[in-house]
Amino acid sequence: MVAPTIYEQLRDRIRTEQPVGLCTVIEGPSVGAKLLIAPEQPAQGSLGDPELDRIVARDALAELEAGRSGVRHYGPQGQTTPEDLIDTDTVSVFVESFARPPQMWIFGAVDFTASLAKVAKVLGYRVTVCDAREVFATRRRFPMADEVLVSWPMPLFVQRGHELGQRDAVCILTHDPKFDVPAVMGAVDTRVGYIGVMGSRKTHAKRMDRLAEAGLTEAVRIDRLMSPIGLDIGARTPEETAISICAEIIARRTGRSTPSLRDGSGAIHSAP
Amino acid sequence: MREILDDIERWRQNGRRVAVARVVNIEGSGPRDPGAAMAVNEDGEVAGSVSGGCVEGAVVGEALAILHGDGQPKLVTFGYSDDDAFAVGLTCGGIIHLFLEPLNW
Repeated sequence: MVAPTIYEQLRDRIRTEQPVGLCTVIEGPSVGAKLLIAPEQPAQGSLGDPELDRIVARDALAELEAGRSGVRHYGPQGQTTPEDLIDTDTVSVFVESFARPPQMWIFGAVDFTASLAKVAKVLGYRVTVCDAREVFATRRRFPMADEVLVSWPMPLFVQRGHELGQRDAVCILTHDPKFDVPAVMGAVDTRVGYIGVMGSRKTHAKRMDRLAEAGLTEAVRIDRLMSPIGLDIGARTPEETAISICAEIIARRTGRSTPSLRDGSGAIHSAP
Repeated sequence: MREILDDIERWRQNGRRVAVARVVNIEGSGPRDPGAAMAVNEDGEVAGSVSGGCVEGAVVGEALAILHGDGQPKLVTFGYSDDDAFAVGLTCGGIIHLFLEPLNW
C-alpha cells in the first residue's frame, strides 16, 4: 500500500475534524518543504533539517492549541534567539492551524433552538442540542444540529465539560428553572468562553434567586453569565434572536462594546 | 482550505493539476486572515478566495503561470506599496502576502 501523502493526511484530518497543523517553508533554502503536525503523533515530512523540524513542531503544536495561524522565523537549525539569527540565513515558516471547530451546546429544544442552531452552523460551530424531554429533543426537529441528546444537563457537563474552552459557547434557552439552573451550574464550572441564558427580565430576576440558592454567589462566576441572552438589537422572531445571540458571542470574543441586553433595563421587546 | 477540499478532490480525481494560494500574512487592513485559501486547476477553474475579490483575478494568472511554467512555489505580495510588480491593489489599502504552490505534496 502506498503511504498517504502530506496533503492526503491533512485532508483526512480536516474532514474528520481532528486538529492538525501544516508548516510550510515560504522563504529560505527549501521553499515549499512541509511538516505536518498533530497532537500525540509523530510529525510527518521535513522542512530540511531535523533540529528545525523539532523546534517548528513544538511551536506549531502550541499555535494549534490556540487556533492561530501565521509566519514564524528561524535560523537554519531552528534557532530562535535574535543573537543567533544575526548574519545567518533565516527560514520563514507559515504555520497554519486547523483547530477543531468551536462547539455550541444549546440547552432546551424550543423554537429558538432551531434558528440558533442554523445560524451557529453558518458560523462554523459544531452544534449539540440537549433537552431532557424525549418528545422535543428529536433529530427530526433539529436536522441542522450535529447531535441531539435526550439528557439532563449535569451528566453532559460531567462527561464532556472538560472539552469546552474559550472558543466554545453554551446557550441556555429553556426558561424552565428545573433545567436551566443545573445547566448554568454546570456551565460556570467549565472554561467555556460564553454562557448565555434566555428569559425576560422577570424570569432572569427569579432565576438569579434560584441560582443563588443553588450556590452561585461569587461575583466573578455570576459575571460570566450573559443573561438575558443577546444584543439589544430589538430582535423579535427566533431568527432575529439567533442573530442577536451570535452577534453577542462575536462581540464578547473581540472585546467590542455593543449594547447587550444584560447591561440595560426595561422591556426587551418594545411595541412594534 | 477546509471549504475548498471538495473542489480540489474532484479536480484531482479527474486528473487535473492544481495550484493552491494561501494568505500567509496581512499588513494593515485586510479582508481575509492568514489561512484563507484559493485553488486553481490547470483549466483555470477556481475555488475559494483570498481577499474580498480585489486580487483573485491576478492570483489565477499567477497560479496558471506556476502550473504551466516551472512549477516553483513563490511568495506574492499585493498592496498599494507595491507599485512596480503588480498593478493590482486592495481597495481597503492593506497589504496581503500570498504563498502560491502546486499541489504536488
